[in-house]
Amino acid sequence: MAEPLLATRGLTKSFGAVTASEDVSIDLRPGEIHAVIGPNGAGKSTLIRQICGGLTPDRGTVTLLGRDVTRMGTVDRARAGLGRTFQISSLAMEDSVLENAVLGALGAGGTPWRFWRPALASADLCARAEEALEKVGLADHRHTRCGDLSHGQRRQLEVAVALTLRPKVFVMDEPMAGLGAEGSARMTRFLDGLRAEAPILLVEHDMDAVFALADRISVLVYGRIIATGPQEEIRASRAVREAYLGEAS
Amino acid sequence: MIPERWLTFAVLVGLLAVALGALVMDRPFTITLATRATILALAAVGLNIALGQGGLVSFGHAAFFGIGGYAMGILAHHAQTFTPLELGPLTITGTKSMPVIWLTAVVASALAALLIGLLALRTSGVYFIMITLAFGQMFFYFAISWSAYGGEDGLSIYVRNDFPGLNTLDPIQFFGLCFTLLCLVLLFAGRLMRSPFGLALNAARQAPERVETVGLDPMRLRLLAFVLSGAVTGLAGALFADLNRFVSPAMFSWQLSGELIVLVILGGVARLIGPVVGAIAFVTLEHVLGDVTEFWLIWLGVALLLVVLFARGGIVGLVARRGHG
Repeated sequence: MAEPLLATRGLTKSFGAVTASEDVSIDLRPGEIHAVIGPNGAGKSTLIRQICGGLTPDRGTVTLLGRDVTRMGTVDRARAGLGRTFQISSLAMEDSVLENAVLGALGAGGTPWRFWRPALASADLCARAEEALEKVGLADHRHTRCGDLSHGQRRQLEVAVALTLRPKVFVMDEPMAGLGAEGSARMTRFLDGLRAEAPILLVEHDMDAVFALADRISVLVYGRIIATGPQEEIRASRAVREAYLGEAS
Repeated sequence: MIPERWLTFAVLVGLLAVALGALVMDRPFTITLATRATILALAAVGLNIALGQGGLVSFGHAAFFGIGGYAMGILAHHAQTFTPLELGPLTITGTKSMPVIWLTAVVASALAALLIGLLALRTSGVYFIMITLAFGQMFFYFAISWSAYGGEDGLSIYVRNDFPGLNTLDPIQFFGLCFTLLCLVLLFAGRLMRSPFGLALNAARQAPERVETVGLDPMRLRLLAFVLSGAVTGLAGALFADLNRFVSPAMFSWQLSGELIVLVILGGVARLIGPVVGAIAFVTLEHVLGDVTEFWLIWLGVALLLVVLFARGGIVGLVARRGHG
C-alpha cells in the first residue's frame, strides 16, 4: 500500500470536559479522496484545525509528506504543501478575483518582499493565477471584485486560490456548502478530476457528493472515528447507519 | 466621479498653485500654511500605510512624529551650541544638514516602530489601540522629563537647517523641499499599494487566515508596514520641527496621534491622496474657522461626524472612484 501523504495518529484534543477529538487516526493516500463525515458537533472543525495548524493537539501527531508537523504553524504547513479551503469563504472581498488568485501565487512561488513593481505586472504570478482560475472556470471574471461574486463563484475562487499553491495535499472544509444542486454537481465533477493532482481530505455534509467522490470514508461521531474504510463498506455498515446515515436521510 | 489618479494630480497641483500664488501676491504666511499642510499630509500618508493598508489603528504615531522632531532638535542643538553629542563611547558632532537629519529621523523612527511593532502587533483591535497609545505616552513623559533637551519647554533652533544649494529660510524654498518629499513618498506609497507586498498586506487586513494558508505570515507583513509607516511619519516630524524651528513634547502628545487619525479618516482611509486631502482640509478649517471662532474644533468634529456617518471613503471617496492600475 502506498505511503500516506497525510496522516494523523491518535489525535486527542479536549476543551475542558468536552473531548472534541479522541484518538483520531486518519490516512490520506496518493490519488484518493478520503471523506470525513459526521453529524454537527462531531468535531470535524477541530480536527481540521489540528491538521492545518492553528490548534495544537493534546496528544498525537500529524504527519505531512513524512514530516512530523504537529508543532508547526499554519504558514509552515502551507509551505510544506498543504492546500486548504475554508467552509466560510475567506477571501479579500475588496480585491479582484485575479488579485486573490495572485495572492496564492505569491505565497507559492515568490516572495511578498517586493515593493516597486505592481503585482499584476508580474507575468509569472499572473500566469499561475490565471491557470488556476481557468481550471475552476472563473477566468472570465478575473477583474470582478470578489465581493461582487455570487456565493457559488466564491466557493470556486476559494478552490482556485488553493490550486495556485500546487499543493501536495488538499484539505477541503465543506466545499459544497451553500451551493445549489447544479453548483454541487459542477464542483463534484471538478474535484473528481483534481484527485489526480493531489489527494483530497474532504469534510462534507452533502452525501450525494460524498458518495460520488469518496474512495474511502471515515465517520466521526463525538470526536471518535467509529468506522473507516472503502465507501461500500461504510454504506453497508449497520453501526454507521444508526449513528449517522439513518438520521441524515 | 473621476479617476483617482486625476484627483491625486489635481490636489498636488492645487497645493503647489496655492503656494506659488501666495508667492506672487507676497503673502508668506499662506506659504507657511501650505507648508504646514504638506508636512501634516506627509505624516498622515505615513500613518495611512499602517492604518489604511494594514488595518492597524495606531493611536501612537505621535511617537514617530516626535522622534523625527527630536532627531532634528538634538542634532541641531548640538550644532548651534558647538557641543558634541556623547552617546556612551560614541561622540557625534551635531549637524545642521537636513539630509543627515532626515536620515537620522527615518532610521530612529523606523527602529522605534520595529520595537513597538514587535510588542504591539501581538494584540489586535482595541488592545492594539491602547498599547500604541501607551507607547506614545511613554515617549511624551520621557521628553517632558528630559531636561538636557529642554524638558517641558522644548528646544528652540535659531536658524532653520541647511539644504545644499537652497536658502531654507525662504518660505517658498522650504515649501518646495517639503512638497518634493511629499510627492516622492506618495510615489513610493502608490507603488507599494499595488506591489506584491501591498497586495499581501491588504489581503492580511481583509482575510488573515487566508494569507496564512497560502504560506505568508501576516505578522511579518504587518510589522514591515508598521516600520515603513513609522519611518515616513518620523521624516514628517523632522520637517515639522524645522518649519517651527522648535521642538517640544507636544509633538509626542496623544492629541497629535488622534489628529493624524482624523486627517486620514477625513480624507479617505486607504486612498493614496486621502491623507493629503485630509491635511489640507484640516489646515484650511483651522485657519479659516480659527479666525472666526476659537471653537473651530467643534466644526471639525461635525465634519468628521458627517464623513463617518455618510461618507466612509472620506472626502476622496465622495469624488473619486477607487483606481486599480
